[in-house]
Amino acid sequence: MTRMTGAQALIKALEMERVDVMFGLPGGCILPAYDPLLESSIRHVLVRHEQGAGHMAEGYAHVTGKPGVAMVTSGPAATNLVTPLMDAYMDSIPMVGITGQVGTAAIGTDAFQECDTVGITRSCTKHNDLVMSAEDIPMAIRQAFHIATTGRPGPTLVDLPKDVLQNQMTWHWPSDDEVIASLPGYRPTTKGHPRMIKEAARLIMAAERPVLYVGGGMLKARAAEALRELVELTGIHVVTTLMARGVFPDSHPLNLGMPGMHGTATATTAMQKSDLLINLGARFDDRITGKVSAFAPEAKIIHVDIDPAEQGKVRRPDVPIVGDCRLVTEELIKAIRDLKEGGTVQPDLTAWKSRISGWQEQFPLTYEQSEPGSALKPQYCLEKLRDAAPEGTIVASGVGQHQMWSSLHWKFEQPYTWVNSGGLGTMGFSIPAAIGAKVGRPDRTVWAVDGDGCFQMTAQELVTATVERIPIKVALLNNSYLGMVRQWQEMFYDERYSEVYLSTDCPDYVKWAEAMGCVAIRVESPEEVEPAIEKANSINDRTVVVEFRTDSDEKVFPMVPAGMGNDDLIVHPSQQSIRDRLA
Amino acid sequence: MTAINVHGSSLNHHILSVLVQNRPGVLARVASLFARRGYNIYSLAVAPAEEEGMSRITICVDVDSSPLEQIVKQLFKLIDVVKISELDPRRSVERELLLVTVRATAESRHQVVELCGIFEGKVLAVAPDAVTLSLEGHPDKLDDFEELLAAYGIVELQRTGRVALPKLDRSARLRAVNSPNMKGQVG
Ligand SMILES: Cc1ncc(C[n+]2csc(CCOP(=O)(O)OP(=O)(O)O)c2C)c(N)n1
Repeated sequence: MTRMTGAQALIKALEMERVDVMFGLPGGCILPAYDPLLESSIRHVLVRHEQGAGHMAEGYAHVTGKPGVAMVTSGPAATNLVTPLMDAYMDSIPMVGITGQVGTAAIGTDAFQECDTVGITRSCTKHNDLVMSAEDIPMAIRQAFHIATTGRPGPTLVDLPKDVLQNQMTWHWPSDDEVIASLPGYRPTTKGHPRMIKEAARLIMAAERPVLYVGGGMLKARAAEALRELVELTGIHVVTTLMARGVFPDSHPLNLGMPGMHGTATATTAMQKSDLLINLGARFDDRITGKVSAFAPEAKIIHVDIDPAEQGKVRRPDVPIVGDCRLVTEELIKAIRDLKEGGTVQPDLTAWKSRISGWQEQFPLTYEQSEPGSALKPQYCLEKLRDAAPEGTIVASGVGQHQMWSSLHWKFEQPYTWVNSGGLGTMGFSIPAAIGAKVGRPDRTVWAVDGDGCFQMTAQELVTATVERIPIKVALLNNSYLGMVRQWQEMFYDERYSEVYLSTDCPDYVKWAEAMGCVAIRVESPEEVEPAIEKANSINDRTVVVEFRTDSDEKVFPMVPAGMGNDDLIVHPSQQSIRDRLA
Repeated sequence: MTAINVHGSSLNHHILSVLVQNRPGVLARVASLFARRGYNIYSLAVAPAEEEGMSRITICVDVDSSPLEQIVKQLFKLIDVVKISELDPRRSVERELLLVTVRATAESRHQVVELCGIFEGKVLAVAPDAVTLSLEGHPDKLDDFEELLAAYGIVELQRTGRVALPKLDRSARLRAVNSPNMKGQVG
């Protein structure tokens, strides 16, 4: 019988869960846990703000598939963790938050730095738990990791009162069976229903205008291989949502890219005109569907999702399949093979394919190159960045125009190379997420693509990057504005710009980055772009910030205005005259 | 649209009998889920269930506020929720308890007590100008009782919210009546 403190049990439990790194910042109530950390094999990355710890944990989870861990103290530190928890909840990122809490005797007395962490985080975690006895710590940690990583992944939180960390306990590591028995209400379905899978296969073999609508669930399920096989077997086009970029290579001729509000004209239109949408791990988000009543009106729906509550939440599927996306896709492949062997032939897709390639030819992604001497085009900078990036480069983006341009103009060839805040749209996500990604994949080049608005929300974590020796690269697309909001004001509020101008010169990003220990480069003209990127790529022992001064007038196209149907998509102005060919 | 009174009578309500692990905060989880997703609750009753460590929450939901299917699926995502039974009012037995203090002077008291008698309620306490009554029964019956008492002046009223169990099917009912320990409990 090994006796130890609750804090020692916590650290041991994290080691047992094979945690190799965590992100955090200590304080009063969590202090006991930081002491045994000194003897632990776990690396701790000391952040400058707890929000950073949370997004780093997310970035780490995005690229490794392993749960990210953030450990912070009570009160203000716990509330600082709320944004990343919500972000992880929206994007189904496995993450475990560990928070200190005031001593059990002080709970409920408005003690110093007390807050109702479990209450506050109830609706932004998959599950949370306030542990009231040191004996319960190992089970609470096991449950937290089990719940975060199985079924539909998501964030969990364990709240630990200070005396619970200090008290002595007898170590017991619960077995898998004990963990499962302790959660009688939690039994995720992973295997799809065979009859539904057969029915789906039948629909796929009969569809004339099918589209594979692939979402983040396919990345979570590590189903990239299975997807490729399914595409090759059926010859069906793929659209990859913002959350799924990278799950299928952009270079593949059947990949139409991202659909939705800022999707490619072809991806969005192909969904609209389809007669069968095969939804694999996506959730009919409003950024994809536009006005739901006008979305893909002729399409039958196959919906594969591990979360039964997604079935029928937005669009009622003809064939709902609850299960793990990889397992179901594999079964689907078998079922289609069986049908083929039994003599079923797919309808001829040639007409549909030529319609699609017609759209692709007429409505490619486009932008006007800048005039000599005028501000840079952000798309140009991104294309140059992309072309010079080593294979496997990971891109982490902020939220705004630069996010949409990154998703549109980058060419993702491998899964887990795109890290972004999709569901919550959290400005300030990119720098800490990039740091977390670099910790998870130190062998890879990691570019944070950021806007000037976003940068100012979490830039202090570049100090963390410098001090902890986590060299990332930041491409700061500085358009002096909260660009995405400016775009909406320009297009939908008669160019009445209200509180979107930041500043052209303040802050001085180069000085700021240098003060945080980074190498900083400012780029103002097109001919400086490539040399600056080359220099940034040559520096691998320090964080590099490249500030691109970009055109504040540039807008993201295509665009479906909020509340409109996807048939009302606005193409790039240069394609406006042929708009009606998108039919 | 069918008119519904505040207690969820009429057939537009559905009753969910939710078996949960009896852990701190479980009721808050259920309540905040309903608030967060915009589902309306008519009533909610909680008590320990027959199984050790479990509680049963009986929720009467407004199925016009959101499809029942979504409500059930979202509820089931709560880790502490172990089992959910949907009870269609047409196929379940529903009961509720009402306590009421009604103004009753020496002149009107006998009328109030008579009414109570007709409904098979109980007189719990009598004061010079008021009586406290209790009535157990189907929520619709409680509605009628409440309406009739209103004329005398209701001082205070408290209802528990409905609890329910599935109706036994015909064969099961027969078995229950024939089994000696169950006698007199079916009805
Ligand atoms: C925390 C947070 N606050 C506000 C918003 C609303 N919002 C969405 S995009 C955007 C502008 C982002 O500006 P910037 O980082 O400069 O990027 P740009 O759009 O110019 O590329 C704002 C304010 C948000 N998504 N997140």
